Amino acid sequence: MDNALWTLYARPALITVGEVLAIIVPLLVAVAYLTYAERKIIALSQLRKGPNVVGPFGLLQPFADGLKLFLKETVIPSGASPVVFVIAPILTFTLALIAWAVIPFAPGAVVANINVGILYLFAVSSLGVYGIIIAGWASNSRYAFLGALRSAAQMVSYEVASGFVLVTVLLCAGSLNLTDIVLAQRHVWFVVPLLPMFVVFYVSGLAETNRVPFDLPEGESELVAGYFVEYSAMTFALFYLGEYANIILISGMASVLFLGGWLPPAPVVPFTWIPGPLWFALKAALLAFGFLWVRTTFPRFRYDQLMRLGWKVFLPLSLGWVFLTAAVLMGTGWLPGHG
Amino acid sequence: MKSLLVAYYPILIFLIIAGGLSVMMVVASLILARQRPDSEKLSPYECGFDPFENARIRFDVRYYLVAILFIIFDLEVAFLFPWAVSLRDIGVFGFVSMAIFLAVLTIGFAYEWMKGALEWD
Amino acid sequence: MILEAIVFYIFSAVVVGAGVGVIAARNPVHSVLFLILAFFTAAGLFILMGAEFLAFILVIVYVGAVAVLFLFVVMMLDIDFERLRSGFVRYLPVGAGVGLLLLVELVLIFGTWEVAPKRLSSVPVYARARLTNTRALGDILYTRYVFAFEMAGLILLVAMIGAIILTLRHRTEVRRQRIAAQLARTPKESVEVVKVPIGEGA
Repeated sequence: MDNALWTLYARPALITVGEVLAIIVPLLVAVAYLTYAERKIIALSQLRKGPNVVGPFGLLQPFADGLKLFLKETVIPSGASPVVFVIAPILTFTLALIAWAVIPFAPGAVVANINVGILYLFAVSSLGVYGIIIAGWASNSRYAFLGALRSAAQMVSYEVASGFVLVTVLLCAGSLNLTDIVLAQRHVWFVVPLLPMFVVFYVSGLAETNRVPFDLPEGESELVAGYFVEYSAMTFALFYLGEYANIILISGMASVLFLGGWLPPAPVVPFTWIPGPLWFALKAALLAFGFLWVRTTFPRFRYDQLMRLGWKVFLPLSLGWVFLTAAVLMGTGWLPGHG
Repeated sequence: MKSLLVAYYPILIFLIIAGGLSVMMVVASLILARQRPDSEKLSPYECGFDPFENARIRFDVRYYLVAILFIIFDLEVAFLFPWAVSLRDIGVFGFVSMAIFLAVLTIGFAYEWMKGALEWD
Repeated sequence: MILEAIVFYIFSAVVVGAGVGVIAARNPVHSVLFLILAFFTAAGLFILMGAEFLAFILVIVYVGAVAVLFLFVVMMLDIDFERLRSGFVRYLPVGAGVGLLLLVELVLIFGTWEVAPKRLSSVPVYARARLTNTRALGDILYTRYVFAFEMAGLILLVAMIGAIILTLRHRTEVRRQRIAAQLARTPKESVEVVKVPIGEGA
């Protein structure tokens, strides 16, 4: 009996814990260095030097920042609902992490190879809105409240379009399993037939992470910092880390869904020398760089323009594309078979 | 059946670890950092004066409308998922039935557009 | 098997606890948060039963969309708790009557409930066909149950129109951006070059 307990439950659980840590630790390092990369890239684009004091080339800067935030006082405003106030950043950060459970890094290298991986990702990203609404409400501050409202309306608006985009990918792949979706791109990456959908997905990703040019919820010139104006110390750090973890997540999702995940651009010699997970990381890094590049390049959208883009451009475009994709696949008989 | 559940245990474990990590980070900071609250520090962020009233105000009804429209389109997406996966098996009939479904909802979408419900002012 | 049972009991306890929380919480926002917890745990129970597609649709639609609307509504309403409680005694007889009626109905339903004997021995669809959940649904929803499916579409249409009629109020004093008009402008009609004689322009 003891033996069965060990082989059936305890050992797999320990292995899973190891796998989970093998994802979370590099992810946190990546998040830390994404904040560093952002400061460096913005600095370069503005002909400044960026962080260069802490460590060689300022490479230890993110850790110094983290330590500083860790040792700050956690201010819980007197008018706030304390429990809910603290739950909000915890929720945001947890959600940004758990989505990685279904992302495949290589054939078989995935923590949870579930049948409905794409639905899992869609569900987790649809929960992201809660961290923000709850934070805005619990702070009991005008700025936070208005920021949270804007953010919630914006996130749900763009989620519809990205939902339709996921359906077009499904039509081409014929499976909800992310490993199958990557394998369906052996011959041609989905970015080729679905290029407009890739753009819609990426821009919706910018909007759902509240990044420039869709950062109205934080609009520092009018709302100070939006929904996290009242947060300090580690509660602030979790929001901040969550935002960057979400950027990496969207980049990872886009590379799995459109850029062939771990697959090399072509199965020929110089490309196949590089291992799959590295390809995945390269693609994700390239897309994450896009987020930073956009930030240094574009001014902020106006709110009515933002809503117009989501509802009047992306929604009809992606819905039409779903229909078109289905019709073309039906007409040509290229619908994916079931393995 | 068995394998289906096995696939989900890692998610449960992931959830526990990720949640535990986030809670730990906040709690550790609360314990280790020096906490010295005072009434001014804890007052809501306003430009130096006390807020006039509760911050939880009523807001524009438009936000509700956006939320309702979102539910409807989210359901539409939910209907599309199984359809996209089974399209090969259900063939032309399935395609046409979804086309009718989408046409009905497109009427609604066109109505919204004409009424100006998608405009933000 | 033991672990499944443990997880099942934990999840069920959380669902029941959260359900109690929904009606017991003083603050309506806390009620909605408990409701979200209940939905979420119910999704976990769905997964335990092998209905993974339904579980995620529950999370996506109910937690991700419906509960957001609930939160919007509840958070921003200025609910006067004193007034709500003052009416409690007055409405108690009516409320108790309705509750009693519901209880009687439930007892009647469950008293006469009979599980079809054939069903007890039948195997759930997913186990029999070795299909994934999603495909098992997709294979019948759009063909065999096409009528119900199209009805769902019509109901959504009605909901959409109803929501717009109920909530859409245009503010009249706002100037809107008319993109078509902006793009249609040409230099010819918007710029006028005037010759001003020297010394006479004011």
